Amino acid sequence: MSLGGYLLKRVFYSIPLMLGAITIIFALIHAAPGEPTDYIIGDASVSQEFIDRLRAEMGLDRPLWVQLGKYVLEVMSGNFGFSYVRNTPVIALILDRLPATLLLMVTQYVVSVALGIYLGVISARRPNSLLDRGITVFSLAAFAIPLFWLGQMLILTVAYQLDWFPIQGMVNIRQGYTGFAHVLDVAHHLFLPALTLALPNIALILRLTRSSMIEVIGQEYIKVARAKGLSERSVLFKHALRNALIPVVTVVSLNLPTLIAGAVLTETVFAWPGLGRLTFDAIHARDYPLLMGMFIFISLVVILGNLIADLLYALLDPRIRYQ
Amino acid sequence: MRSSTPASAISSVPAVPEPAAPARRPRFGLWRRFRRNRAALFGLAVTTAFVIVGVFAPLLAPYGQLDMAASFQPPGREHVFGTDSLGTDVFSNVIYGTRVSLLVGLFSVLTSTAIGITIGAAAGFFSGRVDTLLMRLTEMFQVLPQFFLAIVIVAIFGASVWSIILIIGVLNWPATARLLRAEFLALREREFVEAARALGMSNFDLIVREILPNALPPIIVNATLQVSGAILLEASLSFLGLGDPNAMSWGIMLHNAQDFFNRAWWMAAFPGFALFLTTLGVNLMGDGLNDALNPKTQSR
Repeated sequence: MSLGGYLLKRVFYSIPLMLGAITIIFALIHAAPGEPTDYIIGDASVSQEFIDRLRAEMGLDRPLWVQLGKYVLEVMSGNFGFSYVRNTPVIALILDRLPATLLLMVTQYVVSVALGIYLGVISARRPNSLLDRGITVFSLAAFAIPLFWLGQMLILTVAYQLDWFPIQGMVNIRQGYTGFAHVLDVAHHLFLPALTLALPNIALILRLTRSSMIEVIGQEYIKVARAKGLSERSVLFKHALRNALIPVVTVVSLNLPTLIAGAVLTETVFAWPGLGRLTFDAIHARDYPLLMGMFIFISLVVILGNLIADLLYALLDPRIRYQ
Repeated sequence: MRSSTPASAISSVPAVPEPAAPARRPRFGLWRRFRRNRAALFGLAVTTAFVIVGVFAPLLAPYGQLDMAASFQPPGREHVFGTDSLGTDVFSNVIYGTRVSLLVGLFSVLTSTAIGITIGAAAGFFSGRVDTLLMRLTEMFQVLPQFFLAIVIVAIFGASVWSIILIIGVLNWPATARLLRAEFLALREREFVEAARALGMSNFDLIVREILPNALPPIIVNATLQVSGAILLEASLSFLGLGDPNAMSWGIMLHNAQDFFNRAWWMAAFPGFALFLTTLGVNLMGDGLNDALNPKTQSR
């Protein structure tokens, strides 16, 4: 099968997934106590006639499947709902907060991929050595530590006690830096949340790299590379790593939901003004339309992420296309 | 310390399918192999302590949940872990918090394992259209951002310990289903199943009596590792303010601590460490169990 055909098949598969996510949220909206009209009416005393007119206007008097169809079309055209608490369309709120979350995520990815692969390779070089065991202990701890608690402890120690890093937020509002000073200020604020979010991912990537490197190192072509007299560095990082990375790429892209969960918690601890903090604020303001809109948005992003993972996998490992 | 297998390293992270394990492992000497693994023994000890503290919490806690003293007392002789913003004893609260984690860990995993076994067994045994349909459903559940879905559901329908257990259980079954399906696909072609079928055994009996018992070891390992995931998920929800307001839990304590960083480090440090230790212990026990059940895939 050609790469294009393979991709088309995967895109086709993801359509029912998207519809499924939208249907779940639609079902939740209707199962939730109260009616969507309640958000608009609030505590105001209004006549039944007004409520009926509002219901007709919002299409709530139509059969459920018509409402679902309309809802799907709305979402597909980029309308993720309306936050009555903030009096703003959900999509505008999401786009407003997205850059901060993206900055956190991308930094996290760079850090965890670089460190995870490096630690995995040096760990695989001599399995069961002292270094390998130390790295294993580290990864077990990193898997078990609750992200938000790790964040809290980092704030308490290096930010609050030692005063090396700012405690919360993304910029120093009092100073109002501009230009390069602003970039440095953001980086200073970014360090701890990115480290917190990266830690479990470093552990995941290093475990995967380690086990897949150990497997690859045992194969014939590595012996050949060594026999040719290549340096150990070149054998490990060029010849072995290339093939060892294939499973790593897939798992890392499939791990997006876990990463989003981590971002919600990390942003909450560090008051990082991204989607995670928006989630936390929406929970406390009981802003359900915002929560639901964000759920749909995040579901779509995750499904898209899986598509990208499929594409990368097919590019890296041509065998997969013929299965 | 023994290094764990790749499979067990992955399985402590949700949303990653486990590779199909070879069918039929020798199970004799399980405890002998488990005992040799010091990390696993440590995990077993922590888990046992966790269960005991949870069951006997009211006997072990020095103060009741409503006993108020002066707030923000640092750790000292009267209050080993200090007191919180309301003046209740942090040490006692950590002990009471064990109960919520224990309940959530146990019952949500029982729920998810029951659903996963039903769906995985049906998909693996019947194959064909049933399999395709069920696997599509499983895939959909696995792709959804589960944590976010849990947030939305708990926020809308309200939080109680049992509703959180149910939600975590309903969201966590896909891994179990996929794992069991793979086991079933491998096992159903084997001679002992053929023989039982030839003797006229019904499909139900084939599934429950013949195949399932042989497919259980990886399910047990998976369930153990899911316990820590469920405990962390409950704590995360509670930390975001979605905990059961009527029950003391570690997540709720960490939520309350968030506002008092500069005054009372002990409000965050102790419940979080309890959570960390429990998760670590359960994970190590699960890894050890995995190694003991699959002697061939142990450290290389």
